[in-house]
Amino acid sequence: MIVTEEKTNGFSVLFVKEERIDAHNSAELKDYILHMIEQSKVNIIVQLEQVRFVDSSGLGALLSGFKHAEAKSGRLSLSNLQPQVLSMFELTRLNRVFEIQTDLQDFFEIDC
Amino acid sequence: MNSTANFQVDVVIPTQTKYLHLIGSIGEHIGKDLEDFSGDRDALAYHLNLVLTEATTNAIKHANSEDPKDTVRINIDIQEQELIIKVYDHGQGFDLETIPNPDFDQLKENGMGLFFIKTLMDSVTYTNSGDCNILEIRKLLI
Repeated sequence: MIVTEEKTNGFSVLFVKEERIDAHNSAELKDYILHMIEQSKVNIIVQLEQVRFVDSSGLGALLSGFKHAEAKSGRLSLSNLQPQVLSMFELTRLNRVFEIQTDLQDFFEIDC
Repeated sequence: MNSTANFQVDVVIPTQTKYLHLIGSIGEHIGKDLEDFSGDRDALAYHLNLVLTEATTNAIKHANSEDPKDTVRINIDIQEQELIIKVYDHGQGFDLETIPNPDFDQLKENGMGLFFIKTLMDSVTYTNSGDCNILEIRKLLI
């Protein structure tokens, strides 16, 4: 699982640099996110622009991260989903669980 | 005259998740190449990738863990009006009817795989046939 991590505007942004999240690499993604939360990085945005495919185990890994972040009064959100990947969240209604923004920058815009 | 001839793809893989990408990609290519399919071919390609990935993952999970040489066979039969996927495993098997749909108000981290297969395809059966189990998935192409 190739990922990079950045700290931006108080968020820990995790860029997933894989085209595919499936049962072969989803456990690694789940462990990576849980490790971030253990390090008190509880406000996480997962940037999924490069991900063209996600299966049920990939959704499960992100849901696990969401639940663990929430348990520590944090939040795990998502950005830059490809249309077919977004449709998986819609099919499972997980789009009502996660905050999903079209672009990463949308998280940083301040309402005034 | 139909531009897509009937054909079959038959693949046997070791019970290792690193081959999921290969199986999913075969499904995706088949979906994109179905020139006679009048629906959304990109969506169909993604769905075949997903369904083959989920079905193969299930077969790997239920495989005979005692046998390092255990394999999963995947057969894809592309017909004029229907696509039939058969995934063969040598594990204990399970009862498809007893597996409930996910609870969307309290989604758990697993249990969504069979939901995708049932929702995106037209029929699913899981039967025992001698020394193996067969998950058969059908998708109408009309």
